[in-house]
Amino acid sequence: MPTAIVPDHRGRYGDFGGKYVPETIMFALEELEKSFEEAINDKEFQKQFQNELAVYSGRPTPLTLAERLSEVNGGAKIYLKREDLNHTGAHKINNAIGQALLAVRMGKKKIIAETGAGQHGVAAATVAAKYGLSCKVYMGKEDIRRQALNVFRMKLLGAEVIEVTSGSQTLKDATNEAIREWVASVEDTFYLIGSAVGPHPYPKMVKNFQQVIGFETKDQFIRENEGGLPDAVVACVGGGSNAIGMFAPFIEKDVPLYGVEAAGKGVETNEHAATLSKGTNGVIHGSLTKLLQTEEGQITEPYSISAGLDYPGIGPEHAYLHETGRVKYEAVTDQESLEALQSLCLNEGILCALESAHAVAYSLKLAKNMSKDEAVVVCLSGRGDKDVHTLMEKAEGGNQHE
Amino acid sequence: MNKRWRAFHNSADYRFVPYIMAGDPCEEATIELSLALEDCGAAALELGVPYSDPLADGPVIQRAGMRGLKQQMNLEKTIKLVSKLRERGLKIPVIIFTYYNLLLQLGENRFMSLAEENGVDGLLVPDLPYEESSYLKEMCSVYHLALISLVAPTTHKEKLNKLSKEAEGFLYCISSLGVTGVRSDFRDGLNDFLRAAKENAAVPVLVGFGLSKRNQIEQFEGTSDGFIIGSAIVQKIESLENELINNREEAIREFKQFVESMLPVYSS
Repeated sequence: MPTAIVPDHRGRYGDFGGKYVPETIMFALEELEKSFEEAINDKEFQKQFQNELAVYSGRPTPLTLAERLSEVNGGAKIYLKREDLNHTGAHKINNAIGQALLAVRMGKKKIIAETGAGQHGVAAATVAAKYGLSCKVYMGKEDIRRQALNVFRMKLLGAEVIEVTSGSQTLKDATNEAIREWVASVEDTFYLIGSAVGPHPYPKMVKNFQQVIGFETKDQFIRENEGGLPDAVVACVGGGSNAIGMFAPFIEKDVPLYGVEAAGKGVETNEHAATLSKGTNGVIHGSLTKLLQTEEGQITEPYSISAGLDYPGIGPEHAYLHETGRVKYEAVTDQESLEALQSLCLNEGILCALESAHAVAYSLKLAKNMSKDEAVVVCLSGRGDKDVHTLMEKAEGGNQHE
Repeated sequence: MNKRWRAFHNSADYRFVPYIMAGDPCEEATIELSLALEDCGAAALELGVPYSDPLADGPVIQRAGMRGLKQQMNLEKTIKLVSKLRERGLKIPVIIFTYYNLLLQLGENRFMSLAEENGVDGLLVPDLPYEESSYLKEMCSVYHLALISLVAPTTHKEKLNKLSKEAEGFLYCISSLGVTGVRSDFRDGLNDFLRAAKENAAVPVLVGFGLSKRNQIEQFEGTSDGFIIGSAIVQKIESLENELINNREEAIREFKQFVESMLPVYSS
């Protein structure tokens, strides 16, 4: 069945998306949309973007067949799209390069960004250094405490890290604060959003800059498998930028797609970040989507061991793909993701990010029930160096219980 | 236009419209603060609804929202508070100031019928720009509610003209870029912006965001029909938090003195 062209001219994915922002920044969204559309239709810009991805970030990233992991697990072969091998260690840099090039093209000298665990903050600080832009990163006080290493990295890269003490002092509030700052400085500042969320045209733009993941994967898979397509594609979903980038070239094809949310301590508890499994329609950060909230509409604090999935909303296109049934969204617990991370370490020598481990965990389940000649592709969105501290705490905590 | 809006519209005064947060620091205080503001000469009242993620508000109103949330104040209770205000004699138009998500969860239809039953006159949704507001605007006109439009110094000319022509209740001109909060000075060209807004407006044009002092307010007298004060008033309420709960009569007296000290002398 043909799917509708999304987003429409109002930035709608079915009922989702749109621009729910104060009037003060509406002109900036229009200006951004116009500049973005011009840029992606400009061959020079595309060439420049592709070139930066190649010579600065090290693309294309490989597609690795996880031979031992597949064998130990049984069932289908598992392929890993190695976004962990990007410069700065995750897919975040693809989007950061794209948006920074656009900022430069628009003549902006200042960028602002929000960050949770600090991965997008580091990516934003990195491109700011590379393209000579000033950079302010908004980060919750609680996250600053948990992610001291990334805070230092951002400072080393010349960015100013601004502590956010409002609300629950995490990613949700850092994003509110970045938007507030943008409203104040909108005339000369570019807001570099890190995920496929926010008001139109951000979700569309972030997808555009991340779809290199999916297109490379498709080409690489076809080359290795005599023209065939994968039998399943899996990616983790917080805001959903690696997933939407990975899914992009497969949405119109007959390939089952799976998005994996964080079930935290279990979707039946109050401590999870399973927005699509448990959320309801509402507005967060400028976009109508699914979100975790009370009946009255107060946005609630999500939980996941993985800071990158710990977000109460989700990109509007995912809400749409969930509603149309084109993508299946599943939830994986902290415990399952930790086990998957360990298994990937032991069998492949790859330490992935806790976010990516959620996708790995689900693909192990999926592959088990598939045949040996089938193949599952997983987006390994980032590397796990940033999580070593959490893993150590977990391991020590675990020992104490024994 | 109902009779409360008509009186607002026909007033010859330089109109004073205050903003306070429902439930800050408690429901009874909100009622008495509202009556005190009317006593001080308020021409209309904006009643804020506590929200977890108020992205157009600065720290002062964020904190007021947290206090309101602690009192379990919500949109439905805020609307019902208006009928209590009416019972206690409040005659000025009341505008509910709510973020869009709260409105969505209550249901736009339910909001309309509750607003009608409880004597609400207007609605202001700071994160619902004109481009997303057509359905709500239609509903508001069915239920005779004024949907207050905001325009900013960054609003381009054509849109400004369109919004000023279509505005209901009053046209809210945002004085400065940024979120709500007290400011010491204002951008150049603000008076030009106000004049441009007034050119096509069929309703009074009010300036808001950042105002806290009599001499600041007086600068816009020639180019606007009134002004909105939020953060400065909410900050005073914050400083009187305990007294407003324990020794309300005295607190209200001090509050009125404070408000009067800000207003242009002829207003009250």
